[in-house]
Amino acid sequence: MQSFDLGKEGLRALNSALHGLRGQTNMTDWEVINPKGSHAIAAGVDAPVDITVRGSTGYYCAGMNKQATIRIKGSAGPGVAENMMSGTVIIDGNASQYAGATGRGGLLVIKGNASSRCGVSMKGIDIVVHGNIGHMSAFMAQSGNLVVLGDAGEALGDSLYEARLFVRGSVKSLGADCIEKEMRPEHYAILEDLLKRGEADGKAKPEEFRRYGSARKLYNFNIDNAAAY
Amino acid sequence: MCGIVGLFLKDPKLEPQLGAMLTDMLITMTDRGPDSAGIAIYGGGKDGLGKITIQSATPDKDFKNLDGDLHDAIGQPVTLLVKSTHAVLEVPLDQMGAARSALAHLRPGVKVMSAGDSIEIFKEVGLPKDVAARFEVSKMKGTHGIGHTRMATESAVTTMGAHPFSTGADQCLVHNGSLSNHNGLRRELIRLGKTFETQNDTEVAAAYVSRKLEEGQSLGEALESGLDDLDGFYTFVVGTKNGFGVVRDPIACKPAVMAETDQYVAFGSEYRALVNLPGIEDARVWEPEPATVYFWER
Repeated sequence: MQSFDLGKEGLRALNSALHGLRGQTNMTDWEVINPKGSHAIAAGVDAPVDITVRGSTGYYCAGMNKQATIRIKGSAGPGVAENMMSGTVIIDGNASQYAGATGRGGLLVIKGNASSRCGVSMKGIDIVVHGNIGHMSAFMAQSGNLVVLGDAGEALGDSLYEARLFVRGSVKSLGADCIEKEMRPEHYAILEDLLKRGEADGKAKPEEFRRYGSARKLYNFNIDNAAAY
Repeated sequence: MCGIVGLFLKDPKLEPQLGAMLTDMLITMTDRGPDSAGIAIYGGGKDGLGKITIQSATPDKDFKNLDGDLHDAIGQPVTLLVKSTHAVLEVPLDQMGAARSALAHLRPGVKVMSAGDSIEIFKEVGLPKDVAARFEVSKMKGTHGIGHTRMATESAVTTMGAHPFSTGADQCLVHNGSLSNHNGLRRELIRLGKTFETQNDTEVAAAYVSRKLEEGQSLGEALESGLDDLDGFYTFVVGTKNGFGVVRDPIACKPAVMAETDQYVAFGSEYRALVNLPGIEDARVWEPEPATVYFWER
């Protein structure tokens, strides 16, 4: 176990140590103490290591993550796991706005609530939120899956492309070009897998969710849709 | 970008440390607003006396014998406590209006930062740590206080452009964001008799809230009205003699974190600002919802 005191050693030392881990390494287990809401903790990691952050984090924790499993034993500030490529990020508390934004792969698990713009412009990431999500979530989401065990705020999936949105609770309103779609067998299978990997399989069952997706009317400019843009 | 911090104490035992706690929070928010900083502190007052906090670019000249000159003008004793470029005048409550009129006449270069029973506002250009040290904020006591670190976006970096803004007795407002309809609103408020010191958008929001309070609305109602009438990005934190309120615009891009324990309610633009508060590990920590008014009153 590598234990790193952020209060003593500083963010640059932490991130440069983590960036030095390339390919296979025997330093696979890391703990970061005294995060105190600092920004960019464990951003840009590209190694199959486990990192546990003991406390709450500021902006951009685990941004651009590749391969690593990063656990936040607290809440996360804006832009957690932004543009994640692969690996897993698990937040025990809540996440602030634009969690998982533009993520291209990997799994983001938020055990509390996520605030606004969760999964904005997601491009392949899977996001599992045990609680609720705020307004404008999955705005312009392109691919990947967003699973929400609680409720969704206003304008869910506005200007959505091909991401799949699964919501168990209520949806305050759907954004432009986002519609409810039927649940087919492959969707139950996706949900079963994501609930399990998202540590939520004891909390919800696939059949309790509704699926939302793109009506595909805004893909190309059409003058008849001008009011919807 | 700007930084906001705020503390509303429930436990009187913390009151002697209010200034010290706010100073730590304010300095943590330096990289959100290194241009200028300010603090409004509700320190209570003496029976029958009101407080006017004033500022001068030439304090040696303007504050010299100001207490005596005001005494002569209003016929009542006035005390003057100078703190760097600012000074707090203690004036009999029934002479507050007379004192302000006399002040404008006696010292035309002096600006009024705040007036009321309890409020004092100190703000200057410079790094938050320097501003806090200049006014010895860490030694201040009080029941609640609001601080601001400014990164100016739409009006000049000046003392008067720093936050908090106070446009009514014991009221103050700080802002992270930018308004887009402040020029029109300012014209309307001027027609209704409000006066403005700056071209700053936040001063318009403060005057708007003051006007609504004058019309008889509660602070909560005034902030609700603002959701309809103020266009732009904002997280506002407001203070009154007994209260502390928070509201974010419906888009809620501007960050806000709150923490509550049995001892206090705290506000920070980021969680970092709250990490040294007592008992923060077990506090209820949450983000205020968009377009929702939060208000605490003692």
